[in-house]
Parts: sequence; structure tokens; C-alpha cells
Amino acid sequence: MAPIIKIEHLTYIYGEGMPDATRALDDISFEIERGEFLGVIGPTGCGKSTLITHFNGLNRPTSGRLLIDGEDMWADPRQIRKYRFKVGLVFQYPEYQLFEETVRKDIAFGPRNMGLPEEEIEKRVIEAARFCGLEEEMLDRSPFELSGGQKRRVAIAGVIAMRPEVLVLDEPAAGLDPEGREMILSQVRRYHKETGTTVVLVSHSMEDIAKYADRVLVLQAGKLAMLDTTANIFARAQELVEYGLSVPQVTKIFLGLRQMGVDVPVDVYTVKYARDVILKALAERGGAAHA
Amino acid sequence: MLKDITIGQHFPGDSVIHRMDPRAKLLLTIAYIVALFLGSNPIGLALSVLFLLVAYRVSGIPVRLVGKSLRPILPIILFTAMLNLFFVPGDPIFSWWIITITWQGLYNVMVLSVRIVCLIAGTSLLTYTTSPIVLTDALERLLRPFAKLHLPVHELAMMMTIALRFIPLLIEETDKIMSAQKARGAELDSGKLTDRIRALIPVLIPLFISAFRRADELAMAMECRCYHGGEGRTRLHQLHLGANDYLLTAICAVLFVVIGGSDLLWGMLG
Repeated sequence: MAPIIKIEHLTYIYGEGMPDATRALDDISFEIERGEFLGVIGPTGCGKSTLITHFNGLNRPTSGRLLIDGEDMWADPRQIRKYRFKVGLVFQYPEYQLFEETVRKDIAFGPRNMGLPEEEIEKRVIEAARFCGLEEEMLDRSPFELSGGQKRRVAIAGVIAMRPEVLVLDEPAAGLDPEGREMILSQVRRYHKETGTTVVLVSHSMEDIAKYADRVLVLQAGKLAMLDTTANIFARAQELVEYGLSVPQVTKIFLGLRQMGVDVPVDVYTVKYARDVILKALAERGGAAHA
Repeated sequence: MLKDITIGQHFPGDSVIHRMDPRAKLLLTIAYIVALFLGSNPIGLALSVLFLLVAYRVSGIPVRLVGKSLRPILPIILFTAMLNLFFVPGDPIFSWWIITITWQGLYNVMVLSVRIVCLIAGTSLLTYTTSPIVLTDALERLLRPFAKLHLPVHELAMMMTIALRFIPLLIEETDKIMSAQKARGAELDSGKLTDRIRALIPVLIPLFISAFRRADELAMAMECRCYHGGEGRTRLHQLHLGANDYLLTAICAVLFVVIGGSDLLWGMLG
């Protein structure tokens, strides 16, 4: 089966032909597999946001191709709207895009633009609201009287209601308190697990990426620097630090332990895995005393 | 699309014109416009074009930028040129069917087009070489006498400064909101006119809300820094008229008088 998104030699130049033209994306090629959870990391200004706006055709590549489901996205520019529904994009601070009188109407904006029948729209609104942890009684309130975290969940529900095949989120947890972060991200994961939707998550939090992503893409100055499984990426801590990124705190500890001569794996990136490693090490070192 | 607006844009530099006192520049620009209208004859216009070429050369601003600021008003120039070319009575040069082109018409077209181009180029030079903040500063100083008549000069200048400061921010914000709504399938650049107007609602409402939010935050930030209006307020950068300013102003003033008075000369020749 063809990968859901295939990118071939994508280059994007801002203000082409102007003296201050900048190469925001430089010859990028990769594939996003159907059903995977891909994390995208990179320092500020490396082109992450520019890259994801190419996924649904908001930006047109200066050169190179984007294939969605094996179809060239820009083969017919008039058909580009079709891909907006296939690839749902949630921007940074999406709560600033809310505009309707009620939460229900706002979530229905996307499905209505798709031209779906009324019952189908209603069904999708309720389903999306449920995935985002919004209670039904909230649907008839004005989005402007909700809290920041709730507004953001409404905005995400507005994209999920379109049932995109790929859900792309740009820093969905930015500016939220730890509980809000956890809530949004775990809801995204649940949605990913239950529906099998492909998810692309852009984040500055290495912890979040480590916790949720199957694979990680590292973008550096408009170039694809690395693309590998999460474990392999965080094993290359030194390179990440050179890019101005970092590794999860637990990985830092284990890398420190290695330097001190303790024999631990290099790819410890979740607390759960760390616990297992520690327990195993303790057991080997005469676990009898512990037991 | 929204990024293509160049009128009112500022190009930082360090030329004599950049460093000139903004009050002098502002008054000279007004004088230039007056001179341009008084001296609307070939001699005056030739001098005006010459003056602009020299001024642009000195300022180091590429002349092709003028072309960009002219683009939005090109249709107006073409339309008035057409009207003048075909409908001004006089001695015909060329006549075919109902179309007659006269010498007088051709003359009018030339004068008119050159005058509009000079007007845009001249005023653009002011904004290209002077940052909006400095410009409003100059405006405030020049209007200060009117404060005696209880005109809120400082408040007006402050409003202008803030408005100018917010234009790029709001443009960026509009772009973002438009992208977000397009991502939800909104059709903003196709469809019938009524559909397009309706399609603007999802953009305008978030934009207004965010503008009010920003205004609120700004007011709070200004109050935190003890802003209390213009009374007794001193400035970090005092405007200062130097020898250079007097010299340049004098040169320009003489030239503008010549341009303005060139009508007499042209009258004597013709």
C-alpha cells in the first residue's frame, strides 16, 4: 500500500525573485506511513510550520512533489480543497480561529464546508466533541465563555470532525498547564489508537515526543536532518544538542550513567523503560537483598 | 497578496536624506506637492523628475521600488489618460471613425501622468527614508501650536503611532486566521461575490476579537509603565535641526520655487 504522504525533493522559497528570498525548505524527501504517529522536532525557525502547511496544500512547493495516497496533490490546483479534508491541520493556538455563536456550530464548520448532510454533521460533531473530552452540555455554549484549554479542545474537535486521514497538530499543548497538556495529548493518542488515523505532532517538548511518537523527524535549517524510530533518534543525543535541541530528562540521566561507566542502554527515553532497566540492573546485582 | 503593499513602507539606511530632520522632510514634501501642481508644465516637470532622480540616488533607495508602489494606482492613471487622450478638443493629430487624438489631449496626458508619478515617488521617498514612529513624532511637533486650541495633538500622534505599529501585526494575524479557516475547508478566494463576503465572517470575527484583546493588553502595558498622556512628557530622542538640515532645506526651497514659478517661464516661451 502506498504511504499516506510521500514527499519528493520538496523545496520552498519565500519571496522568490526578491533580494531577500530565503530557502525555507531545502530538498526534503520522506514518507509518512499509514497509521503511524510521527513526531516533528527542530529548533525555532527551522521550517516545521512551513513544512506542515504543505501537507494540506496551503503552501505550494517551489519545486518538488507531494503525493497523498499516491496522487500528486498539485496535479490539478483546482482540486486542492479535496486534500484539505484528507489532511486536517491544527495550527498553533487554534483557539484564536473560533468564531461561531455556539461550540456546536463552530465544530460543524469544517464538516459543513465538506457539504455533508445535516444528520451526518450532527453525528460527527458529537463524536469529535467526545474524542476531545467536551461534554454535550458544552456544545450549546458560546466558545468565548470557555477556558483557554477548553477553547483549544473545541478548535481541535473542529478539525477532527472532518475525519481527516492524517491529523497534523502544531504545538497543540503550547501554553497550557501540565494537566491541560496531558489531557490534550492523551486525547490525541486515544483518537489515534481508536480510529487508526495517521498523526503528525510538532512539538518542542522532547518528553511529549518521546511519550507519543513512533518515529521522529528532525528538521534543521530547512533540511531533513534525521528520520528514525524514537529510540534511535534519542540515542543520538550529542547530535540533537548540536542542533539546539535536547533529549528527555530521563535520557540525560542514563547518558550520564553511561559516562560514569554503568552499563545501561543508550535509548532510554521513557520513564517506564527506565524503571524496567533499573529493576533489571538491581536484580542482576544481587536482587536477593531487595526482594 | 497582503504582503505586496509597499506604500508607506520604510527602508532603513544611513544617507543624508535618512538622517535629515523629519520635520524638514515632512514640510518639504508638502512644498514639493504644491510646487508640482503650480509648475505643471514641461520645464517644471522635467525639473521635478530630475530632482527626484537625484534625491533617490542620494538616499540609496532603488528607483524600481517606485514602480511597485505605482502598481496599485496604475488603473487610475490609465483611465484618466484615456479620457484625456480621446476627449480633449483641439488640433487633431490623428482621426479615425469617432476617435480623434489632439495635440492638447496628448499634452494633458503627458503632464498628468508625469505629475502623478512624481507625486507618488516624492511622497514615497518620505516614507521610505523616515520610520513611521519618527514621522508621527515630527507631526506631533509641527502640530504643537494647535494644542493651545485644545486639539488633542499628543493623543492623535499616539493613536497614529499605535495604528502604524499594529498594521504589520494585524496583517500577519489575518494571514494566520485565513490559513486556519482554509484548513477547515473555507473557500476564501473563489465563488460568487455574495459567497465571498459571507466567507469573510470566519476571518473577521477572530480578527476583531484578537484586535480588541491586543488593544486591551497594550493599554495595560502602557499603564504599567505609568503612561499618563502628553502632559509633562519628555523625549528620549529630541528632534534637532542641524546645519545640514538648513542647507538641504534651503536648496530644496529654491528648487521648488523655480519649479513652482516655471509656469511663467513656460508662458513666455509658448
